[in-house]
Amino acid sequence: MTSRMVIKMSTALYMLVFFGYLFGPLVIMGVTAFNASSYPQVTPFEGFTLHWFETLASDADLIYGLGNSLRIGILVVLLAVPLGLAGALVMQQIHARARSLYYLIVVSPVLTPGVIIGISTVIFWRDLTGLTGTRFLYDGVVLTVLGQSSFIAAYCMLIFLARLQRFDRALEEAGLDLGATHQQVFLHILLPFLRPAILSASVMAFLSSFENYNTTTFAILADKTLTTVLAGRVRQGTSPTLSALAVTIVALTVAGAVAYEVLKRREDARKAAGRAVAVAAERRELTRTVQPA
Amino acid sequence: MRSADGHYILLALPFLVIAAFWALAAMERRHGGARGMSFVQRNGTAIASYLVVAVGVWALLLIVLPQLSMIEFSFRPKLPTAQMGGPRDVYTLENYRYFLFGSTTDTSHWNVIHIHAFFLTIFVSILVAAFDFALCYPLAFYMAQAAKPRRVRLLLLLLIAPYWVNEVLRAFAFRVIFASSGVLNSVLLGARVIDQPIDFLGLDIGLYAGLSYAYLLLMVFPLYNALENLPGSQIEAARDLGAPWWHIHLNVVIPFAKPGIASGCTLVFMLTSGALAAPLVLGGPRSLWFTPIVYDRFYQAFNWQQGSAYAFILLLTCVAFVLAVLRLTRLSLGEITR
Repeated sequence: MTSRMVIKMSTALYMLVFFGYLFGPLVIMGVTAFNASSYPQVTPFEGFTLHWFETLASDADLIYGLGNSLRIGILVVLLAVPLGLAGALVMQQIHARARSLYYLIVVSPVLTPGVIIGISTVIFWRDLTGLTGTRFLYDGVVLTVLGQSSFIAAYCMLIFLARLQRFDRALEEAGLDLGATHQQVFLHILLPFLRPAILSASVMAFLSSFENYNTTTFAILADKTLTTVLAGRVRQGTSPTLSALAVTIVALTVAGAVAYEVLKRREDARKAAGRAVAVAAERRELTRTVQPA
Repeated sequence: MRSADGHYILLALPFLVIAAFWALAAMERRHGGARGMSFVQRNGTAIASYLVVAVGVWALLLIVLPQLSMIEFSFRPKLPTAQMGGPRDVYTLENYRYFLFGSTTDTSHWNVIHIHAFFLTIFVSILVAAFDFALCYPLAFYMAQAAKPRRVRLLLLLLIAPYWVNEVLRAFAFRVIFASSGVLNSVLLGARVIDQPIDFLGLDIGLYAGLSYAYLLLMVFPLYNALENLPGSQIEAARDLGAPWWHIHLNVVIPFAKPGIASGCTLVFMLTSGALAAPLVLGGPRSLWFTPIVYDRFYQAFNWQQGSAYAFILLLTCVAFVLAVLRLTRLSLGEITR
C-alpha cells in the first residue's frame, strides 16, 4: 500500500467520524419522530406514524412561544443591525486614544456568557424602569430584545467591519465634492455598498435570536418563547413530540436556506448580466468614438 | 457606604469617562490635530446624531450600565422590599462569603459543593476546548489547504446545517441517545454486549458529549479562516527541505494559525463554561455544573443578589481566561475577535 493511499483512507475515515458525530444524533432523533413507540427510540421500530406531528400542531404553549420567538427575532433584527452598523462606522472614525477602550466595550458581549447578559439586563432595567416611572417597559419581550441585541449587535458590527475594509473612501469624497449631502452619500453610496453585509447580518441576527436560550431564559421573565417552552418540556421528560418539532424546524430551515441560496444565485446572475450589458455598451461607445477618427 | 449613594455614583461613571474623552478630542482639535474636522462636520448632522445615539444606547444602556449594576447588586444584601434603600441596605461581601463557605456569617466550613462545581466547570471547559481543537484542526486544515473550492462549499454547508437546530433540541438529541432506556442502551442490550443498562447521564458521559458537540462550529470557523491565508508555498518549502509532516504542522502551520486557535479556544471555553441548556437537559441528578447553580440562585433560592455574585464570579473567570490566552499567545484582543 502506498503512502498516498494511506493518507486518502485516513482522511476518508476521519471525515466519516467527524460528520457521523455531527449528524448522527440529529438523524437518530429524526427517526424517533416517526416511530409509533411513545418513548423516543429507534429499535424496536413499532411502525411509521405522523401522530407526533399532530400533537405538535395542537400544542397551544408551543404555538404561543413560537409567536413570541418570531416577534422577538424581528425586533432584534430591527434594533441590532442599525446598532451594529453605527458601531462599525464609529469604530472607523473614533479617536485613536479611545479606540481600544471602545473596541473592548463593544466586543465584550461576544466574550460574555449569555446567562450573565440576561441577568444584568434584568437587574438594570428593573432599576431603570422603576426609577423613571416607565414600568410598562419592564416586560419579558422588551427585555429579551434588549438583552439579545447587546451581543447580536456586536456580531453585526464584526460583519460590517469586514465589509467596510474594502470600501473605497474616495467614492464618498467624490459624492460630497459633486454636491451631495451627507445623507445622500450615506443612502446612495454607503448603504448600497453594504447591502450584502446588511442581508447576512439580518439573517444571522434573526437566527441567533430565534435559537437563543441562555440570555432569553432570564430576560423573558414570566413570559415564554419557543426555546424556553422547549427547555421546560425536555426537563419534564422526553417525548417523540419534541423529535417531531426538531424535524419540523430542520425542514423549515433547510427550505429557508435553499430559498436564500436560489435568490442569491438569481441576483448574482442578474448582476453578471447587468455587468455584461454595461461592458458591451462601453465597448460600443469606445468603437464609436474610435471609428470616426 | 449606603448603597443608595453608590448607585448614583455608578450611573454617573460612564458619562464622566465619555466627557473626559470628549474634552481630550476637543483639545487636540484646537491644537490643530491631524484632520481638524469635527465628528459632526465629517458626517453631517443627521448621520452624526444617528451614530452618537445608536452607539450611546448600545454601549451604555445595553452593555456597560447593565454589567455595572449587576456587579453593584452583587454586593448588596437580600432584604425584604420594604427595607430596600433603607439603613440596612449597605454594601457587604456576604454573597461572596456564601459562595466560599455556604453561609453568610459562619466561615468554619468550605462550601464544597459550589466550589467543586466551579472548578469542575472550568476544568471540563478547558478539556472540551482542547478536544474540539483536536477534532476540528484536521478538518479545517483539509478545507483550507487540500480541498477543491466546490468541496469546501459543500463542507461549509454541511457544517452549518446542524446549527440551524435549536440548542435545546441538540441537547435533547443526546438525551435520546444516552438515556437509560435510550437508543445506545437498547442497541447494546440488544447486541448482548451488556445485560444492565448503563447510566450514561448519571456518569455525565451524555453531558460531556453534548457539550463538546454544542460549539464545534465555533472552533472550525476561526481555524479555517486563519489557515485559509496560509500560503501553500510555505508548506511546500518545508516539505522540500525534508521536514516530516508533524514537523510542518508544529513549526509552520500552527504558529501561523495562532490567532485562529486562540479565538476558537476562547469562544468554545466561554460558551461551554456558560452553557445552560446542555447541563439542564443532560445533567444527571448528581451532575455538577456552575451555570445551573447560578440559575437556581435566582429561581429556587429567589436570591438575586447572590445570583449576581455567582454570575460575577463566572464573568471574572472568563475575563481571566481571555487575558491568560492573550498573554500566552502574545496576541491582541483585536486579533482574536475577527
